[in-house]
Amino acid sequence: MGVAKYTKDAKDQITDVTLQSGIHVKPLYGPEDLEKIGFSYERDLADPGQYPFTRGIHRQGYRSRAWTTRQYTGFGTPAETNERFKLMISHGQTGLNVAFDLPTQMGYDSDDPMAEGEVGRVGMAVDSLRDFEVAFKDINLAKIGSGLTINAVASIMLAMYQAVAEKYGYGRDVISATPQNDILKEMIGRGSWIFPVEPAVKLIGDTIEYSIEALPRTNPVSVCGYHIRESGATPAQEIGYAILIANAYIDNVLARGYDVDAFVGRFSFNFNVFGNIWEQVAKFRAGRKLWARNLKEKYGVKKDSNMYLRGLFGGGGYGLTKAQPENNIMRGAYYALSAALAGAQTIALCSYDEAYTIPTPHSAIISLRTLQLLMDEMGLRDTVDPLAGSYFIETLTKEMEQKIEEEMGRIEKAGGITQAVATGYIQRLVARQAYEFEKGIQSGELLKVGVNIYTDEQPMDVELHEYNWESAEKQIEGLKQVKRERNNRDVARTLAALEQATKEGKNVMPYLVECCKAYATLGEMTAIFRNIYGEFDEPSLF
Amino acid sequence: MKNQREIKVLVAKPGLDGHDRGAKVVAHALKEAGMEVIYTGLHRTVDQIVRIAIQEDVDIIGLSIMSGAHIPIVEKLMKKVGQEGIGDKMVIVGGVIPNKDIARLENLGVSGVFPGGTPFSDIVTFINDHVKQA
Repeated sequence: MGVAKYTKDAKDQITDVTLQSGIHVKPLYGPEDLEKIGFSYERDLADPGQYPFTRGIHRQGYRSRAWTTRQYTGFGTPAETNERFKLMISHGQTGLNVAFDLPTQMGYDSDDPMAEGEVGRVGMAVDSLRDFEVAFKDINLAKIGSGLTINAVASIMLAMYQAVAEKYGYGRDVISATPQNDILKEMIGRGSWIFPVEPAVKLIGDTIEYSIEALPRTNPVSVCGYHIRESGATPAQEIGYAILIANAYIDNVLARGYDVDAFVGRFSFNFNVFGNIWEQVAKFRAGRKLWARNLKEKYGVKKDSNMYLRGLFGGGGYGLTKAQPENNIMRGAYYALSAALAGAQTIALCSYDEAYTIPTPHSAIISLRTLQLLMDEMGLRDTVDPLAGSYFIETLTKEMEQKIEEEMGRIEKAGGITQAVATGYIQRLVARQAYEFEKGIQSGELLKVGVNIYTDEQPMDVELHEYNWESAEKQIEGLKQVKRERNNRDVARTLAALEQATKEGKNVMPYLVECCKAYATLGEMTAIFRNIYGEFDEPSLF
Repeated sequence: MKNQREIKVLVAKPGLDGHDRGAKVVAHALKEAGMEVIYTGLHRTVDQIVRIAIQEDVDIIGLSIMSGAHIPIVEKLMKKVGQEGIGDKMVIVGGVIPNKDIARLENLGVSGVFPGGTPFSDIVTFINDHVKQA
């Protein structure tokens, strides 16, 4: 679960602390440590808003703008989800983060036999534009940006988002969507992949290329170290792999003849926060610096604002426990504190009941309040990068920087990130680490409150979200209605054009938008890709 | 006969859920406990899982389910297991399983339910005891 390893002597004094990334923490840090690492304010930190952005991307940090609150939300039908969106917004949430059900994530319509039992279960079901019309009804899409947690079929959902925005009268240039759209990490962890590596990365390239002109405020990818860490990676690997994955997407778009400054500024990231607080803060500070340096030195990026590592830091799912679930509320508060101390642009938290199932409105609002009270009561907006200059934090940031580079080097040596994912090299590595962590928890070598220390005999029951079978029936009924009412000639025409464009290797985005507007279904569009691209051959190793 | 050879376990990921950390971690643990482990990989249908169980002649089918769809998946699997006449194979379930569903799964014919966080030793002991009895 990612806590540090502590060695103690007979008197219970700590003799060693080893962070998950493998860095040893000393009992005391002083000026000599900064000297030893050759610390230079200008080179290693610089002021906030200045290259290499270690201290943050904005000169005034949270004074100029608070972090966006964006709880992961969605279940059942689009109507139920729309109601929950509005509830969260009415409680002060400032962005949306849409959860899709598994059939949607895997490109199946709700009436597909593969979808049986899964419709609307872990997110909202989406079959056609009609569902987006319901889900985003009465939400100001010019004001509220939407994270779309979708990967294999992110291109289709981004097209659908544009279609719904236009239908509701919002220009393409005012809407801000952030589809997750990171397929390489799905292949490492989380597993919602469909197509093989090459066409899957090509689709991501299509969304980035398309967004340059058509969706200028959209962030077409959100590279997720998050799920890689959930799968067993260390914080250093989380950042390192994410940078390498982002580079793979950059390379795809560069090969189309674009200037890197034309698109890379819209990249965003999603990182995890659980475990040792100092290690989290240091990883983000080091991550910002390395991303900026990577862009400047490897890709020749010129514009400062294109080198920002912008991201959603939070979640912390793996840190939560089934045992003593209310402790997860406190855990979430500390994770949010770490994210805020590290200068996150957006924070979301897993809710305390998520070790059981998706959150209730009650638990989701507790998470939102956790973020709000940190923002408004605790002074986290007072000053930018408050931990800067600490002998410890600066030393650790430097050590994390070196560790991250080391992890990136290992992958380069294994043939590069795409190769390491296709062969299962990374999957095997993180699964082995996950097993070692789990053994550490079970042996008590890694401490986890309520799990291996301060345990209770009595399991605690919490009120849980209940799955509603009627939602699935309603969804399938709605899909049938759309199919009855739509103009089938338009559907056939737009799907045929999509098929042709896919075969010819063209950018599929404009064709997807037309399909969506004609109410072609997600399943119909995905089937075209499945037939032409085939499916990813998973190296199912452990 | 069975206790004269290694216990053979199929670790399966049914349905569309792609969270495989738990499945792989348990696969490692069972292997280290001396069992032969076959892992199906992701996104398997119930029919595929039952087919692999028959082909590989496993003793145990272990399902890892994190999506909340454990009841419909297990219903379908137990039906298929009955149809194929492999009711002698023990079915166990792990994953994100709320406490109140444990009895329901057992009523459907699941021999053991091991929610996330269960110590490996509990799973290993359970399998050893039950396969030997069979």
